[in-house]
Amino acid sequence: MNSVSIDQAPDGDLADRIESYRQTAPAVRKDIIEMVYAAQSGHPGGSLSAVEVLLWLYNEELNVDPANPDDPDRDRLVYSKGHACPVLYALLARYDFIDCDPNEEFRRLGGELPGHSSPKVPGVEFPSGSLGQGLSYANGQALGADYDDDDFDVYTILGDGEVQEGNIWEAAMSAGEKELDVVAIVDRNKKQNDLPVAETMEIDPLAEKFEAFRWDTWEVDGHDFGEIAAAFEEINATDGPRLLIANTVKGHPIDFMEAQPNGYHAGAITDEELDEAMEELGYNAADTEVDQ
Amino acid sequence: MSEKISTRNGFGNGLLREAEEREDFIVMDADLAKSTRGGWFRDELPERWINVGISEQDLFATAAGIAETGHPVFANTFAIFSERGFEQVRQQIARPKQNVTVVGSHAGVITGEDGPSAQTIEDISAYRGLPNLRVISPADAVEANALVTALADDDEPAYLRLARESIPVIHDAEEYEPEIGKGEVLRDGSDVTLMAHGAMVHVVQEAAEILAEDGIDARVINMSTIKPLDEALVVESAEQTGAVLTAEDHNVIGGLGSAVAEVLAEQRPTPMKRVGIEDEFGTSGNGLDLYEYYGFTGDAIAEQAKELLA
Repeated sequence: MNSVSIDQAPDGDLADRIESYRQTAPAVRKDIIEMVYAAQSGHPGGSLSAVEVLLWLYNEELNVDPANPDDPDRDRLVYSKGHACPVLYALLARYDFIDCDPNEEFRRLGGELPGHSSPKVPGVEFPSGSLGQGLSYANGQALGADYDDDDFDVYTILGDGEVQEGNIWEAAMSAGEKELDVVAIVDRNKKQNDLPVAETMEIDPLAEKFEAFRWDTWEVDGHDFGEIAAAFEEINATDGPRLLIANTVKGHPIDFMEAQPNGYHAGAITDEELDEAMEELGYNAADTEVDQ
Repeated sequence: MSEKISTRNGFGNGLLREAEEREDFIVMDADLAKSTRGGWFRDELPERWINVGISEQDLFATAAGIAETGHPVFANTFAIFSERGFEQVRQQIARPKQNVTVVGSHAGVITGEDGPSAQTIEDISAYRGLPNLRVISPADAVEANALVTALADDDEPAYLRLARESIPVIHDAEEYEPEIGKGEVLRDGSDVTLMAHGAMVHVVQEAAEILAEDGIDARVINMSTIKPLDEALVVESAEQTGAVLTAEDHNVIGGLGSAVAEVLAEQRPTPMKRVGIEDEFGTSGNGLDLYEYYGFTGDAIAEQAKELLA
């Protein structure tokens, strides 16, 4: 278990901390929706599905320091599904890695927050946006840690459509064969750019595939902090390549996003959709911090 | 005739030499260590050598992750198969400027008998289009050896193009120091400039000797750094000699010839001839026989130079 450097990480017992995260999650989702609305482009669906996993990682697992985001001893979070970066930017802003206003900067010419997550942004580890490459990169960081006897941990978050990429399986084979200390989390939101994963190129049985590549696997409801906590208690008690399948809902919990065949993968959020999303998240339309 | 050594052997010896100086760099291969000479490093320093099997995408993205932790990486495979991981090179190595050298061994038709599947004639064209990535094709084993130090030291990404075949050594190992980004004038001359990289450098040296017999005074430049191109030397040589011939074991599209033409078209329009593969795939055969077949000989290039001057 790591020491966590995020200043705002809550104290208290696990139940209290989980309650804190539950209360924070809608605010993160509000940030995501507003960021994509303000930019009139971006990827909200796969950002909304990854909120709980990322909240857990930043608050409970990652030893990262906003004041020293390039610390060589930091834990690495390789966010491989970097098209869905609004959630990452929302948390980096919340935890003071970045001090700009994402609603002003995201996807803008000259802005500080590129359309796909990039290491030019403080706290972003990995140049993403092209799928399938993050697991290999995480493997490389684990190999570097091995070579230097460093004890930082390496995590990567993959999309479920992303595991259709051949590079993922090269990397899965490599991590298994070399017994690398990496934790891969698949945001299993079951929808991809065009259609549901099952109607595009089914990836199940995903756990069994990774197990065949010599990984240990866990599977949880990726919106349930209790299940995420229980899985990480076991994940942290072992080593080697570890896969957590986080079963999520793309666009969660906003009905009109969930209802789309691709879970509102990408697009320009309309004024009406912004209002509806705010209401579903428990906010009044007037609570939005973006100009309409 | 001078000693003949392949640039891949020079590179392999360079890795071993540099390993005596520093402990930080890592060498990677993808099941071709025997051929890339990464295997020589593996045999001496197995703890600093990583094999990812036949998986070039994994090779380059993993290399980038290792480099992020502070270790320069030489990631080796055949030049043609490096293209299999082209986008990983783009996204993970070139964009964030990781200290990874993409080592492409067995480049060009000189690769020989394996034929067109193994003979990349487009790698320079492809890699030259990537911002931040230097493209370097050493002229002999001495240069390839010395480049290992320069590339490990300078914290920038590069594509290092090597060849399989033994070729004449043109540099004095005791005195030679590589300068990435600078062309090397091997022979001064005033009538025509012959520029080449890799195994073609010694060929244009031969061409210059043949031209001299006919009273044509050719300047010979080893333009081993194709990117960033030594534009000043290109323009100066064009001004001083009035004609430029490029020669390379690569498609005439996108290689050194294109790079030189781009510079001269904008800065100093000059009569030019691009000698290379005429936009076709290679063919099987002994590598040196293929050089005869494609006109990559001193005699054939001397004739091309005369036509350029006619």
